[in-house]
Amino acid sequence: MRALVLAEHDNRQLAPATLHAVSAAAALGGEVDILVAGESGDQAATAATKVQGVARVIAVDDAAYAEPVAEDLVALLQTMAADYDAILAASTTFGKNVMPRLAALLDVAQLSDIVAVEGPDTFKRYVYAGNALATVQTSDATKVMTVRVTAFEAAPSEGGSAALERRQPVPSTGLARFAGRDASGGERPELTSARIVVSGGRGMGSSENFRIIEALADVLGAAVGASRAAVDAGYVPNEYQVGQTGKIVAPDLYVAVGISGAIQHLAGMKDSKVIVAINKDEEAPIFQVADYGLVADLFTAVPALTEALKKAS
Amino acid sequence: MKVLVAVKRVVDFNVKIRVKADGTGVDTANVKMSMNPFDEIANEEAIRLKESGKATEVVAVSLGEAKCQETLRTALAMGADRGIHVETDVELQPLAVAKLLRAVALREQPGLVILGKQAIDDDANQTGQMLAALLGWPQGTFASKLEFKGDQLEVTREVDTGLERVVLKLPAVVTCDLRLNEPRYASLPNIMKAKRKPIDHLTPDDLGVDVTPRLRTLRVEEPAKRQAGVKVASVEELIDKLRGEAKVI
Ligand SMILES: Cc1cc2nc3c(=O)[nH]c(=O)nc-3n(C[C@H](O)[C@H](O)[C@H](O)COP(=O)(O)OP(=O)(O)OC[C@H]3O[C@@H](n4cnc5c(N)ncnc54)[C@H](O)[C@@H]3O)c2cc1C
Ligand SMILES: Nc1ncnc2c1ncn2[C@@H]1O[C@H](COP(=O)(O)O)[C@@H](O)[C@H]1O
Repeated sequence: MRALVLAEHDNRQLAPATLHAVSAAAALGGEVDILVAGESGDQAATAATKVQGVARVIAVDDAAYAEPVAEDLVALLQTMAADYDAILAASTTFGKNVMPRLAALLDVAQLSDIVAVEGPDTFKRYVYAGNALATVQTSDATKVMTVRVTAFEAAPSEGGSAALERRQPVPSTGLARFAGRDASGGERPELTSARIVVSGGRGMGSSENFRIIEALADVLGAAVGASRAAVDAGYVPNEYQVGQTGKIVAPDLYVAVGISGAIQHLAGMKDSKVIVAINKDEEAPIFQVADYGLVADLFTAVPALTEALKKAS
Repeated sequence: MKVLVAVKRVVDFNVKIRVKADGTGVDTANVKMSMNPFDEIANEEAIRLKESGKATEVVAVSLGEAKCQETLRTALAMGADRGIHVETDVELQPLAVAKLLRAVALREQPGLVILGKQAIDDDANQTGQMLAALLGWPQGTFASKLEFKGDQLEVTREVDTGLERVVLKLPAVVTCDLRLNEPRYASLPNIMKAKRKPIDHLTPDDLGVDVTPRLRTLRVEEPAKRQAGVKVASVEELIDKLRGEAKVI
């Protein structure tokens, strides 16, 4: 059994999500390689050699992969697929974009967002917005899959000593090109790897009011998330969305403010260790999953919480 | 330019599904079924392209059991021009769907195929990418905006870090995210009109596609339920609990 993990990176560092995919690959029980395609002067590839449990890092360093499109990454992956029994990526928008395209060209099914490895060909994954957990077995020779980041520990990013092997780029398909990005970025921790997440919903009422959430997040060192309703209303950008069709998070503490608790939202956060809900409607379904519920108007409760935490620290 | 739209019949998003006691699957008998919400957005986008003169015809395709026709009628009532139903009772997995859609696309020669990013039953998020691969076309996934630039299409994509833009050669495949548009409701007159719009019938055999599932579901179980916790009376009590009991702050 040999597995290849497609690395996600910003041409400097590996994305933390990739470390979780490495753990899933290791759970398959064989050797694990990482493919780093980018233009990084080997920075990202060198970082990958230090990840524990990795046998080889395959580095394809070329301007063509500085901002690679799925079409060209898949053309590259295709040339390597025959060497592997399994090809994995984290279930991020990057992995979800690339892996099904690869699977189709290999004429194999793809397994999306696996949460457990039960055997070399058997995996667990959620369906129906997290309301059913399916155990599925594939009959395909090459297993292509994406990995739910919160379901696997991160492989340690230091201490490994993988071999670095360089490969040449393959010609671009010419089908698509990257044309730019608007990243809001910021100083806050990244949503999917944060220890604490504070999320706001439609109850926030406006984007200005979201500052109440940000102030609480700041004292807690937390990332900020949102429900779909808050994103649709334009209170916060799309990358804040937690849920079935947004990001999946499982922090130590998740604070849901002015969020009713629709199944699509719960699908993205119900594996959090501790859940706090602040909502003025005591019947809100979010209280059915909350460890601690506070029935209160968020506009008084959240600033009071922020102040009390500030004083205590 | 012809636009092809893939519309899937799924359990309505408001239904709280139940796992069957024998662990073989999810109970879908007597459950409300609807068009996959992302596919409503896909269909809406195609109709808007026609209304703005960029598309000439909108063809909705649904694959699966006989009742997919209801989903196609909904697509037609929203404004699609005609439907194609590929009928089979075999469980269709994304690779098989992509192969069938490829065969339909080769017959219909659309300039653009629009799908949802994700079906809310299997939560796969695969079919559009697979279809693009099999056609050898570019893909614009998780789209929140489409803009034609000459003979190319610029797609704004919702990604984990924000928004990203890619420029695609046409023909292309697009999968849509939630913010691409707000789908319209079908008006009563349009629901009536839709009854007279044509729906073609095909089978996987007609299209020469083997739809045998590659994945076997061994077991379906209900995930561990979270216990509801306690209500706290005040902000102070909440902080006490988080510090003393939960030890998370
Ligand atoms: C295909 C599809 C995909 C979806 N994907 C997602 C997803 O990924 N993530 C997601 O979140 N949703 C998703 N949804 C939407 C989901 O169904 C709900 O509509 C959404 O989660 C509701 O957001 P909300 O809880 O913020 O709003 P609401 O349901 O309107 O709830 C607002 C809450 O705020 C409370 N409130 C209002 N004012 C105050 C106040 N002053 N103080 C305290 N509380 C207050 C109210 O009591 C209420 O409970 C999806 C839906 C579909 C159809
Ligand atoms: N049986 C089907 N009939 C029509 N369209 C489908 C079908 N299955 C998947 N699709 C399309 O593919 C998209 C993604 O589905 P999936 O890859 O299963 O998450 C859906 O939003 C539909 O547009």
